[in-house]
Amino acid sequence: MALIKLQNICINAISAAVPKQTFYTKDYTYISEQERLMFIKNVGIEQRRVAPFHITASDLCYHSTLKLLEELNWEKESIDALIFVTQSPDYFIPASSIILQHRLGLSKNTIAFDINLGCSGYVYGLYVLGSLLQSGQIKRGILLAGDKSTISVCFKDKSTYPLFGDAGSATALSYDESASPIYFHLQSDGSGEDAIKIPHGGSRYHIQPDTFDEVEIEPGITRSKRHLQLLGADIFNFALREVSPNVDKLLAFSGIDKESIDYFVLHQANFFMNESVRKKMKIPAEKVPYSIQKFGNTSSASIPLTIVTNLRELLISPKKLLLSGFGVGFSWASCVFTTSPSLKISELIEID
Amino acid sequence: MDIQEFIQRLENEFEDLPKGTLKPDTNYRDIPNWSSMHALIIIAFADAQFNVELTASDLRNANTIQDLYDVIKSKMQS
Repeated sequence: MALIKLQNICINAISAAVPKQTFYTKDYTYISEQERLMFIKNVGIEQRRVAPFHITASDLCYHSTLKLLEELNWEKESIDALIFVTQSPDYFIPASSIILQHRLGLSKNTIAFDINLGCSGYVYGLYVLGSLLQSGQIKRGILLAGDKSTISVCFKDKSTYPLFGDAGSATALSYDESASPIYFHLQSDGSGEDAIKIPHGGSRYHIQPDTFDEVEIEPGITRSKRHLQLLGADIFNFALREVSPNVDKLLAFSGIDKESIDYFVLHQANFFMNESVRKKMKIPAEKVPYSIQKFGNTSSASIPLTIVTNLRELLISPKKLLLSGFGVGFSWASCVFTTSPSLKISELIEID
Repeated sequence: MDIQEFIQRLENEFEDLPKGTLKPDTNYRDIPNWSSMHALIIIAFADAQFNVELTASDLRNANTIQDLYDVIKSKMQS
């Protein structure tokens, strides 16, 4: 069972970047006004950031990293590892993290690779980078998490189009023997592969003549095989079934009291879904911050983005945080830790 | 829990729905402004109130409120 305790890992700083361009749900005239109001009320998204052609997820992470290094006053040569969690890399090959190593001016001694995960990816990324650092043989690493999800959705698919926003983030980790432990619980269930999927374009179904044919699945849902599909009921059942027990086992393993947690930062999937999960976990509303109203579902960036936009001033002193990401795969993971007294949270960056 | 009590509890989940709108033979997809969001509300209702997982295929196979009641009831017993 993937219940893990990492020691000597300090989370030093978190930053996030979004594109300036803002799309408003009220302007999504493909659906009726009634539907727009219902969407805003239940799914919770009033507006979201959409990257124009010239901005990618790696650009948003690049700017997040520059800000992070500046705030920490870390020399570029001191970075030993750069991991980029993304499902919208700049290219199929090479991995975007390697391009970023060069663009950021990091040393050629940097370990750099991408991880293909979405909703759960931030917590997985913390675990992978934390594990690399834990031996103490390398000292500093940066975790990037971000997606340009808006390129994958079809305007004529009301189940996906108004849901996603673009964002990138950077998190600095270091080997530090005075750090308090981080506890993880990581899980996967590939039986849910179809629930969130882009069917064509990979090697199973390479781009072919029918890849771009737009087909009406049901009224209001028209898309092609190169677009993202979401099976809402399946995802919702998955979240209701798995998240609460995952968190309960993590808390039992860590010996940390649920009541003592200051903030539960959940992947920003869908307000109604997150609230259902929150109620199931019996957590008071004031402990669960949301960024979804203003930024939509921002994939693996949603947890660090929510920390940057909602908790920046609250994390000046140490707090107990529980982070939980769940979705595409299915893949889900939670972690719990006490934040460092020197944790630096940057102001949100906006890119033109 | 009989079907009438079930209907009362279900109607509470839909804020904009006047009480007494739903009947056992109402097709639940005829709820005014029906959308996939309503399906999630019904799934959450089944989970929170009856600890029953209502799958996408359960919903596909059910047409009326009576059908929903029956499938939830049968899953509660199993």
